[in-house]
Amino acid sequence: MSSKYEDVIIGLEVHIQLTNLKTKLFCSCNNDYRGKEPNTHVCPICLGLPGSLPVVNKNAVEFATRLALALGCDINKSFWFFRKNYFYPDMAKNFQISQYNKAGGRAFADGGKITIKLNSKKKELQLNRIHLEEDPARLVHKGSIATSPYALVDYNRSGVTLIEIVSDPVMNSPEEAREYLKQLKSIVQYTEISDLDLDGSCRVDANISIKGHARSEVKNINSFKEVERALKWEIQRQKNLLKRGKELIQETRHWDDKRRVTIGLRTKEFEKDYRYFPEQDLVPIEITKDFIDQVKKKLPEMPNARAKRFQKDYQLSEFDSEILVLDKDIADFYENGVKSEKSFGPDEYKQYCNWLMGDISRWLNDNNNVIKETKLTPKQLVDLIKLINEGKITGKIAKTFVNEMMKGTPILEIVKKSGKSRIADKDKIIKVVKEVLEENPDIVNDYQKNPKALEALIGKCMKKTDGRLDPEITKRLMQKHITEISAKNSSED
Amino acid sequence: MNIHEYMAFELIQKIKNKELQIQEIVQFYLERIKKTDNLIHSFVHISEEKALSEAKQKDNDLKNGKSIGKLYGLPIAVKDLICIKNSPTTCCSKILEGYYPPYNATVIERLIEKEGAICIGRTNMDEFAMGSSTENSCYGPTYNPWNLEYVPGGSSGGSGSSVASGQVIFSLGSDTGGSIRCPASYCGVVGLKPTYGRVSRYGLVSYANSLDQIGPLSRCVRDCALLLEIMAGFDPLDSTTVNVEVDNYTNELDKSIEGKTLGIPKEFFSEGLETDVKNKVYEGIKKLERLGVRTVEVSFPYLEYTIPTYYLIAMSEASSNLERYDGLRYGKMSDNLEGSVFDVFSRTRGEKFGPEVRRRIILGTYALSAGYYDMFYIKALKVRSLIKNDFQNAFKQCDVIVSPTMPTTAFKIGDLVDDPLQMYLMDVLTCPVNLAGLPALSIPCGFDSKNLPIGFQIIGNYFEEKLILNIGHLLEKELNIYRKLAPVNRGK
Ligand SMILES: [Zn+2]
Repeated sequence: MSSKYEDVIIGLEVHIQLTNLKTKLFCSCNNDYRGKEPNTHVCPICLGLPGSLPVVNKNAVEFATRLALALGCDINKSFWFFRKNYFYPDMAKNFQISQYNKAGGRAFADGGKITIKLNSKKKELQLNRIHLEEDPARLVHKGSIATSPYALVDYNRSGVTLIEIVSDPVMNSPEEAREYLKQLKSIVQYTEISDLDLDGSCRVDANISIKGHARSEVKNINSFKEVERALKWEIQRQKNLLKRGKELIQETRHWDDKRRVTIGLRTKEFEKDYRYFPEQDLVPIEITKDFIDQVKKKLPEMPNARAKRFQKDYQLSEFDSEILVLDKDIADFYENGVKSEKSFGPDEYKQYCNWLMGDISRWLNDNNNVIKETKLTPKQLVDLIKLINEGKITGKIAKTFVNEMMKGTPILEIVKKSGKSRIADKDKIIKVVKEVLEENPDIVNDYQKNPKALEALIGKCMKKTDGRLDPEITKRLMQKHITEISAKNSSED
Repeated sequence: MNIHEYMAFELIQKIKNKELQIQEIVQFYLERIKKTDNLIHSFVHISEEKALSEAKQKDNDLKNGKSIGKLYGLPIAVKDLICIKNSPTTCCSKILEGYYPPYNATVIERLIEKEGAICIGRTNMDEFAMGSSTENSCYGPTYNPWNLEYVPGGSSGGSGSSVASGQVIFSLGSDTGGSIRCPASYCGVVGLKPTYGRVSRYGLVSYANSLDQIGPLSRCVRDCALLLEIMAGFDPLDSTTVNVEVDNYTNELDKSIEGKTLGIPKEFFSEGLETDVKNKVYEGIKKLERLGVRTVEVSFPYLEYTIPTYYLIAMSEASSNLERYDGLRYGKMSDNLEGSVFDVFSRTRGEKFGPEVRRRIILGTYALSAGYYDMFYIKALKVRSLIKNDFQNAFKQCDVIVSPTMPTTAFKIGDLVDDPLQMYLMDVLTCPVNLAGLPALSIPCGFDSKNLPIGFQIIGNYFEEKLILNIGHLLEKELNIYRKLAPVNRGK
């Protein structure tokens, strides 16, 4: 670990929207507000109209239970909601129904942990608690917040379920925070409570301090990707101040993702008194052991366990398994693929993994896409690997198929269309080899002193044929011919 | 006999027998409101046209053999803080001026949409139900129909005065610390505060949501029981309603109460009680003894902490419940929009809330603030549970507890306006019931020397509405003053 960060302490509060719920936390309005006409998914409850009362969405409680189980938290036997009072234009009631673990209140669940691996060292990061709360409405500005002449309020988001995951201050670097979020995202995906790839589905507040100094809270980091960047910036800011002999103050700062800096808020904002007190419109909710057992039964295999199983079932390395299981869709894809082909053994398992983690993942990254949004099927990748192993196409050629495969085109069709089946015919290869040798006397000469020139000549052959020549045969034939030529040349000398 | 001299259950019989048409009844009451309300000011909104057209429709339906519900189109008055779809609901506050809810409260669904009552108008009240006199209304005070110089009680003052003066057959109120029973007592009508969780609060604009309950006001216990039977019961829209079966309250009103035990809490009869009030309540108890009940003295050691406990909890909850009124989504915003959105919020709330509401919001905000929360709110919750214990101990010895509803009869308009603390003390016999979440009935039991009505309170254990209605009904029969209507005059 970089020693540059050893005195840094980071704690994260992650707010995740339970996007997979059908309805909001306290009413039966449609939860899916994205792309919908503003203020169409509303009712007296999520608008906070006078006289309306909240009713807890039982499925939200089940989702919270799933996450708590997956994170290994202690679920409280009963919990109740609190009101967090503050005036803000995005708040329908000017209080938020949330949970509180002080003043007689309890979180939904306490403790839990997330294991990360950084520079091949494992570290367990302790969680403090998780709790449920409602999302405020969405404020829409004209242009930037600073210059917008007005703000519009869209209550479609008002009352959507958020789950807050609070870590202890146990992370010592922005990289650890990044790995923590990566694991959390994976667990959330496995529990099927939320799609964190949706815009605005997660928000992070970070507490950052340098050992022995006052901490700052950076709010409003609106995506996991931004967190590492914001943390790095804030740590640098704190260190610079200390270097100049200034003392740090406890404060709330705001992450400006356009300018990529943290901005201090007026201290007045920090001293907000939320006047938490119990929400009397709701009664305490009991979480019985029976209920927990039922949820547990339905819970899918979690990434850690799955990685262990992958090592056993598919003889993958620990490293490969852990990366492969991170994205549930990828891991499902993998299992669907390798299990569908009886002839596959450890070599093919590894090959399949390499393809998924290599070229396929790269393509998804470059195209900002996820596997379930593409038309690629597990079967296509099976066919591809079989063609390579049967020698019908070369690995090099196969790589050029990725783009077409993602559109769902069957492998054989791609091969046919491209005319890029492998050339294994000796005569055909010899013809190419001879051409190359004739065209490149300089390299041939060079071969005398530098045997590596062979590779360059093979490369020329491949280039001539779009990489279709069988690499093994080509190498053998090239070697044979160049040796003959060399012998001839030296005898002529 | 005139229409307004009948009880609801009698009018229903007449409609069934085709002696009266619903239109005649509704028309009659509308006329009577027109004649008397310039003196009493029970109503802040009258739905004349709508009421008449509904009455006509119901007469037609009835003629065509269609069912029109158990309430047969009888006119009902609804306190101005129970939401009725597309009907002004302002809580008698300027901040809700022009607010028309887009939905019905559950009680409205049950009484009006399902069982066919007709809402004739919205009754005056203390702004957001904060008060015991109906003087804190943005529309001006309501006058007690027994003597127009006196308050009708509050906060459901208009609901009490309208029934007492025969402007309507029955009404709905809400009771947070006595807001149904106080006007019932001061106006000489029957008022019931049900067990917390017996009647849905969905659509009742919250004042103090752990204490609020909707309840009926009527001229006799039978009518009260009839309304409760319809209103009560579990509501999936209100998580605090309890899934306990609703009794058939009207069926057992005449059941013998022989052998029942009345608890008489000595602390409820202590200093501050007017002599006339004390005497009339004791007369009532004697009458019940003649019906075969026994009496036992019970004790409430924590009664003296009731008022501070009640007000701390009510104001704390109110400070949060009333945060939503900022003028942004409904109601009126300040005309002056200068400054930040927070400036406009503050200005709007400062301008549109009345002084009593502002006082309670400020006190409640203070009580919930960091550093004071444990000292005030948490402590109040602890005392609240001690008061609950007092009741549970008492109910080990008795079936119901009886007391005066109010320590005095109505006071003069303006007398306590500058003395909020004295006004708060008036709730001492009603608000312990709300703190404990119990049901309580107030029925008229006589008049004082000024000819102002006196209320007799019967407090039951949880979900014992049937028993307190039973006892109340038998006492009402014995006392036999329930047909008396308020004269709507300036007193003798
Ligand atoms: Zn809604």
